[in-house]
Amino acid sequence: MVNEGKKRVWSDYQKEIADDHFFYVRSCIRQSFYPGSEQFFLNFLRNDLGKDVYENPSHTTCTGIGYHGDIVPFSTTQTVVARHFALMKESGYKNIAISCVTSFGIYTEILETWKHFPEELEKTREYLFKATGREFDIPENMAHTSDIIYKFRNEIAAKIKYPLINKQTGKPLKVVEHIGCHYAKMFPKHGVGGAEFPRVLSGMAEAWGGEVVDYPERRHCCGFGFRQYLVQANRGYSLSNTVKKFESMRPYEPDLVLTNCPGCNMFMDKWQYTAKEMEGMTFGSNGQSIPVLTYEELAGLVLGYNPWDLGLQYHMVQSEPLLRKMGIEINSEDKYRTKDGRQMPIPQNLINA
Amino acid sequence: MEKFGFSLQKARVINYDSNDRSIVEYVLEREPSLKLCIECGCCSAACTTGNFTDFSLREMHILLKRGENNEVRNKIKKCMLCGKCILVCPRGVNTRNVVFLAKQAFQKYSAHAV
Repeated sequence: MVNEGKKRVWSDYQKEIADDHFFYVRSCIRQSFYPGSEQFFLNFLRNDLGKDVYENPSHTTCTGIGYHGDIVPFSTTQTVVARHFALMKESGYKNIAISCVTSFGIYTEILETWKHFPEELEKTREYLFKATGREFDIPENMAHTSDIIYKFRNEIAAKIKYPLINKQTGKPLKVVEHIGCHYAKMFPKHGVGGAEFPRVLSGMAEAWGGEVVDYPERRHCCGFGFRQYLVQANRGYSLSNTVKKFESMRPYEPDLVLTNCPGCNMFMDKWQYTAKEMEGMTFGSNGQSIPVLTYEELAGLVLGYNPWDLGLQYHMVQSEPLLRKMGIEINSEDKYRTKDGRQMPIPQNLINA
Repeated sequence: MEKFGFSLQKARVINYDSNDRSIVEYVLEREPSLKLCIECGCCSAACTTGNFTDFSLREMHILLKRGENNEVRNKIKKCMLCGKCILVCPRGVNTRNVVFLAKQAFQKYSAHAV
């Protein structure tokens, strides 16, 4: 194929990402488990890049976990999402920035539903108006927060302090990227690179000096699966999925896992602990586990933020081995200390600590 | 093992990279006719042991070739070495010798001792 043709084909896999004026919507679990991610995103966009990011305090869950757990009907989910769009309209924004892949999947599913079944859109308008008296517009641009970081990846690379290079060997760090099923597998046109060539995380890792690992189960689910996890007796399905994925990546000795979705991050992090407790399994090199970072945490690290300000200590698998490889100086005494100097309780049974 | 209220299920994929093919290689070296097996199942149909238990020689052959030895190691003890399977095999595989050699290989490699 001639070069022009290749460019044209590749352009079909791109998505338009807004440049400024974002209506930011939160995740249910991200702030609790990985608080540094959201803080980095808001701080970086507002203070470093000078962008306008607005967060409405009346925003609620998208109901995604309940919807995929079969306990929230679709009409309810549509009305809740319509209410978010109404809040966005009232705040005067047209570009939505979604910080959770589950929510992103819900939003894309609803927009596609409204496109193909306009009667559902009319019904939702009616439900929302009757319930709250609000009206809404469909957003002009919809981006996941990782899309926005991907868009500004070269700006980050220009300010890089600690590239993804092993300081001891001088070789690029091996990055496993996991984009999450609901990002582009359901509606490929909404993801950078579509379902076939997802580029959102690999683009970041490569721009910051890392090497992306291509392993057999690269596109396998992280194991969350909603229904499989919500009932305790079924969690073996979830864990088995995660173990299958990690066993597949083990021979490549990755230095870190980079995740897109708060749920994937939680499961790939915490199931490593569970697999170790249950079966004594570890998946990294030298019998260690593999640190699992969000894209914002990784962006913060390469920019030279303090790892404890980014909240890396809240992960189950500790990131000290990775920080040493990157040559980041860490102060262990500050790890569980608040900004005003109080000592927090130190968790037990941490991995890689 | 910690009690989590759920268990880890082993993946059902056949991993030819990590499976141990030493037993089947030992057998194939001494009884190359096993390569002719088309897994038709005549041996299992004719098998007296198979009539009364869940033993299946065809299954044994498949598992051996895949290198999934754990199941073979236990089940192969049921074979009485009567040799009826040799009489019905359309490909002329010396099936009794295959069983005999597999048992011998399990003895030889102590990790897999029968």
